[in-house]
Amino acid sequence: MTEKYETHEHDVLIIGAGGAGLRAAIEALAQGASVGVVCKSLLGKAHTVMAEGGIAAAMANVDPADDWRTHFRDTMRGGKFLNNWRMAQLHAQEAPERVRELERWGALFDRTSDGEILQRAFGGHTFKRLCHVGDRTGLEMIRTLQDRGVHLGIDVYMECAITRLLKDGERVSGAFGYWREQGRFVVFKAKSIVMATGGIGKAWSITSNSWEYTGDGMALAYDAGAELMDMEFVQFHPTGMVWPPGVQGILVTEAVRGEGGVLRNKDGERFMERYDPEKMELSTRDVVARAIYTEAKEGRGTEHGGAYLDISHKPADYVKKKLPSMYHQFRELADVDITKGPMEVGPTCHYMMGGIRVAAETAQSNVPGLFAAGEAAAGLHGSNRLGGNSLSDLLVFGKRAGFAAAEQAKQVGPGQIEDTQIYEAEREMLSPFERTEGESPYQLHRELQEKMHNLVGIFRSEEDLEQGLAAVRQLKQRSANVQVEGSRLFNPGWHLARDMKSMLTVSEAVTLSALARKESRGAHSRIDYPKYDETWGKQNNIISRDGEEMRLSQSPTSEMPGELKVLLSE
Amino acid sequence: MPDATFKIFRGDRDGGELVEYQVPIAPGMVVLDALHYIQGHQAPDLAVRWNCKAGKCGSCSAEVNGRPRLTCKTRMDALPLDKPITVQPMKSFPVIKDLVTDVSWNYEVNRKIPPFTPRPNVEWKMDQRDVDRVQEFRKCIECFLCQNVCHVLRDHEKQEHFGGPRFFVRIAGLEMHPLDGVSRTKLLKDDLGIGLCNITKCCTEVCPEDIHITDNSIIPLKERVIDDFYDPVRWFLRKLGGKSAASSVE
Repeated sequence: MTEKYETHEHDVLIIGAGGAGLRAAIEALAQGASVGVVCKSLLGKAHTVMAEGGIAAAMANVDPADDWRTHFRDTMRGGKFLNNWRMAQLHAQEAPERVRELERWGALFDRTSDGEILQRAFGGHTFKRLCHVGDRTGLEMIRTLQDRGVHLGIDVYMECAITRLLKDGERVSGAFGYWREQGRFVVFKAKSIVMATGGIGKAWSITSNSWEYTGDGMALAYDAGAELMDMEFVQFHPTGMVWPPGVQGILVTEAVRGEGGVLRNKDGERFMERYDPEKMELSTRDVVARAIYTEAKEGRGTEHGGAYLDISHKPADYVKKKLPSMYHQFRELADVDITKGPMEVGPTCHYMMGGIRVAAETAQSNVPGLFAAGEAAAGLHGSNRLGGNSLSDLLVFGKRAGFAAAEQAKQVGPGQIEDTQIYEAEREMLSPFERTEGESPYQLHRELQEKMHNLVGIFRSEEDLEQGLAAVRQLKQRSANVQVEGSRLFNPGWHLARDMKSMLTVSEAVTLSALARKESRGAHSRIDYPKYDETWGKQNNIISRDGEEMRLSQSPTSEMPGELKVLLSE
Repeated sequence: MPDATFKIFRGDRDGGELVEYQVPIAPGMVVLDALHYIQGHQAPDLAVRWNCKAGKCGSCSAEVNGRPRLTCKTRMDALPLDKPITVQPMKSFPVIKDLVTDVSWNYEVNRKIPPFTPRPNVEWKMDQRDVDRVQEFRKCIECFLCQNVCHVLRDHEKQEHFGGPRFFVRIAGLEMHPLDGVSRTKLLKDDLGIGLCNITKCCTEVCPEDIHITDNSIIPLKERVIDDFYDPVRWFLRKLGGKSAASSVE
């Protein structure tokens, strides 16, 4: 039956073409594998392009006292010690070399006075650590990786969406998807697969995430038998735009605070003094997001329910040079000149700490041949991610996943592709066209976003989460009867109908995990359990598939070796 | 709030027509918001490319009232609302469906450009002033609006002989990289036909990143081509110095 379909064969198939996917592709290619990269959008448009602040790496160019140990400690503290310590260690140790490598491939960073890569301060980082290019670091990173990859010879399948992983027994053997342009189906055969599909923010109504962030990788991996971990930890970035309505949620980089921006409430009070007097605006994201939310909820918010973020005390030329895209974003979209007055900001759903459970060294999931890196994977960030640790995560674990996937491909032969799996995948995609009545995927999406925002947001309670879970499960049933209009030619409604399935899977996993964790830690704040709980501090929530049921269990965190424990107590 | 009337191109490679839609206006609304409203309520299969909705990814290019724009940065309150707002796909690229065009040609041009290649034994130190000079070109978000308005491509359809402003900007970013060691002037002259540009600056006018495409990238690159190929003395001097046409990568 596979003859019926356009088929491509690679040693390593990478799903997602952001920082993690491209870095994995470059490494797999360097190991001699043939590599295919599939992405839903055009190459170079992945979410990495929006990363603004910088790449965290203890290069010690600005603060000579910095080293990997301090970066490790900051990352563990930021994640409230739920992080996979081995991932945090590898990340801190390898990030500087990954940044130097990027520079050797042509990335141009801002410089110190003696010509080294300049580093800036960021929340939760003890030292000035973020290598950056103004406030468009992600763009520089993705262009560099994109050009490197293309010139080395990766095959890129743009505007192609994977809807199912194919398996041969326990291992993965390929993927089924469709070309968005024509709606034609396509089969990829691969010896190993790397999930680099990013996050899940599109399940919430106010988000900094692009349309692609629908949790595809996590949901596809879950369907194929992979375990998900730490799904309750969804990061709300403290500073998204709040006004006008059309721009709600668009990110305002933490670099504004890194460069000296201050937060005030409507009374002019610098309220962070009450929440974290030591670190103030550069406290971790979970703390700042809750502070802004609380100020607004208690009646001290701005006109549109946020806080004021002000950088106008710095010279106008400096602001324009260090924060050029923020300057333009506010001038063009909100009629605000940030060199003259404050911005209005509020929390926006931004990043997923949880994801596919992987081994630290190899990025391999519990499904043979299936790997994951970047935001799609869990572990490095624990319960809260520090700003700047995402881009470094993409590089460090993208490379590791690419290496391990290529090694795996050397050791196994090509797997079988079963016709029945392809047939099921095709049925699933075609059925929405065959219904003569059914709901619009857009309507279901709006409802899901609203429910997740109101019931599974920054502050959570048993009652809300129970309601949220019921709502998600009800939407799941309704969404099985979704109807699609038009043809298969570049049809966003059809695409959303499939994306809904992924969003509902991850939304259920988030809500189930959040209900179970009866404590507050990092990004997970339970108003009914406001304190840390020692037992919960030593276990992760694990989500797995049991037939059609979603199963939740707990797994103890692994014991940290003595030499690392010492670092944390310093 | 009143409604706005839109006339949007609906169709594919075989043709199409402008179709009218009514959209309620909200404060601060941009054209992309209106397109999303239409998708969500009236035409679920309306094809639109977009990603970040923040002017950072360059996906949502179209022609609004005949002007090439990023729809995510085109405010409704900056458009006259007493007549319909037309939204059409970029004219210089083949239509796939509705507002989505086939921009794959751009990726083919990019593949011809030799990547950053450091000079041998280079010391990885750079002066901020040298970096600043190049950053402008590296701001490009690949919205391809400059390619869309360039008359060499739009009117004369010289796609096979001309690279277009986007890739002159790209090459400027590589050529002026403080540590780069190869010359791309032969490529500029022969394959990418930089001589065909007669500096009308249409590209600069539409650039959403305010890159001075013509003044800062195309003209200096034209000068480099002239130096390397038409001025024997300067060609010889350059050959002795850093970059030489002889080391061009084909």
